[in-house]
Amino acid sequence: MKILLAVATLAHREVIRFLRQRSRVLGSLGQGLIFWILIGGGFQASFRPQGAPSGLGYVEFVFPGVLAMVLLFSAVFATISVVEDRHSGFLQGVLVSPIPRWAVVLGQALGSTVLAVGQAALLLPLAPLVGIPLGVGSALATLGVMVLMGLSVSGLGLIIAWRLTTTQGFHAIMNLILFPLWWLSGALFPQEGLPGWIGWIVRLNPLTYGMSALRRALYLTDPAPVASLAPMLPALAVTAAFCLLAFGAAVSAANASRLR
Amino acid sequence: MPPSRDAAPQGTSALSVRDLRHSYAGREALQGISLEIAPGELFALLGPNGGGKTTLFRILATLMIPTGGEALVFGIPVATGSVEIRRRLGVVFQNPSLDTRLTCMENMIHHGHLHGLSGAALKRRAAELLGWFGVADRAGDRVESLSGGLARRVELAKSLLHSPDLLILDEPSTGLDPSARLEFMRILRSMREEHGVTIVLTTHFLEEAERSDRVAILDAGKIVATGSPEELRSRIGGDVVTLRSSAPAELGERVTERFGLAAHVLNGSVRIEAPRGHEILREVVEAFPEAILSASFGHPTLEDVFVRLTGRKLGEAGGGAA
Repeated sequence: MKILLAVATLAHREVIRFLRQRSRVLGSLGQGLIFWILIGGGFQASFRPQGAPSGLGYVEFVFPGVLAMVLLFSAVFATISVVEDRHSGFLQGVLVSPIPRWAVVLGQALGSTVLAVGQAALLLPLAPLVGIPLGVGSALATLGVMVLMGLSVSGLGLIIAWRLTTTQGFHAIMNLILFPLWWLSGALFPQEGLPGWIGWIVRLNPLTYGMSALRRALYLTDPAPVASLAPMLPALAVTAAFCLLAFGAAVSAANASRLR
Repeated sequence: MPPSRDAAPQGTSALSVRDLRHSYAGREALQGISLEIAPGELFALLGPNGGGKTTLFRILATLMIPTGGEALVFGIPVATGSVEIRRRLGVVFQNPSLDTRLTCMENMIHHGHLHGLSGAALKRRAAELLGWFGVADRAGDRVESLSGGLARRVELAKSLLHSPDLLILDEPSTGLDPSARLEFMRILRSMREEHGVTIVLTTHFLEEAERSDRVAILDAGKIVATGSPEELRSRIGGDVVTLRSSAPAELGERVTERFGLAAHVLNGSVRIEAPRGHEILREVVEAFPEAILSASFGHPTLEDVFVRLTGRKLGEAGGGAA
């Protein structure tokens, strides 16, 4: 009970900190919108997803991908607060409290996830505009999948954040990891019909399954446009396994961390 | 309440350090330190930067496991009992550990939740402590709007929130001006009186060590002396005469030759320890007026004790690690 309170208070603080930095709020939202309008609009005329029903345009196809982008990048870059807290001295106060490290990591991951899902959810009402038939059921399912993906990627970010001492280093490494993971998850182009090696990378990329689950959740009532993707349950199972793995690795990074 | 609080026998040291050693990559930052600190003491670890204070602090704060020897907090070994110790330990770091974007009260509540406190009782205690440190009117302000001295008070209030039995502070008055430093020591003394907490601080400021109950002088990873400030000062046999000279080595030799007194040369000055220093001063100045640029005489300070024991001034970097 006391540990849950500690976890909640750590997560709560991440959210308060975020909301008090207006530039971060504007930046993360604007990024998603601009990206969607430019890429979606630019490719709309020329690009036709292979194997998709003829009504599915690129703006619609890439919408879940942009949702995932906002989610992933917000979650990962929220974990940079570990690096900042180490610098400001705040982290040392947390480390000498009687809270076990796994609970500290869980609080940080939950905080980042809440922020990421919150930001991505702000884009969700735009879904019907591009022709995605979003109902209450599919919206809730989408939120659920986003929470699981958010936790996974927060875990991924925390593995790195607990090991690094500079925010510049964190940015460099996370961009290096996150861009290919997102790019090759079926967010920007369909998973089918890719040449051999790249097809394998997409199939081995754990985010591919999160992306599939996200698309399936969005088209919950009318799954025709996503019929070729992995079924919901296996996709969720792979994502959950990835989430546990990332969290475990983050806890071990936190345990190994020394104060500098 | 943790069971060991009752189980600990009467007279258990608040802090017991035995032959403590720590090395970083082959460099020995602590070279076998032993200390006993009784409950209720205000104890200062005095030494130059690099003397091993911060290493010792981190071990006591349960942030580092020593590579040799042992340290016990209320009888609990730091190497294995860190969670138990953290419940009874308040820590004030050299760098502030407050979140500057949160208000003072939010920082307090956050800290309380991490220590298992909650609800109205937590709010009451937080408000009470902010009041005790004279910052109650700033409770709703963000820490970033506070001056360094006020933020330091909030930091102290936070460290006492969970009623620790032992408070350890690492260079707590860094960044405070001299008058704020004296005020800070006054606060520490009354904290000890009113909250019954044992206080251990590291410092390189003499005035802080002078106002502590006992002092350990730490240099190059070793404790070179322990005792009350009076005891340590009494190790200097009398007064201290300092002669500034353009040729200190030569002057030192001549003083020793003429008066049979030991003279130490340090930073262009000659130091002489002797009873009845004022008489020595007069005689020396009369004997070698041409060799002396200026001369002073004083009762010994802890600085003199440090110089006597280490051959260096406190402000000069020590030989050990951080």
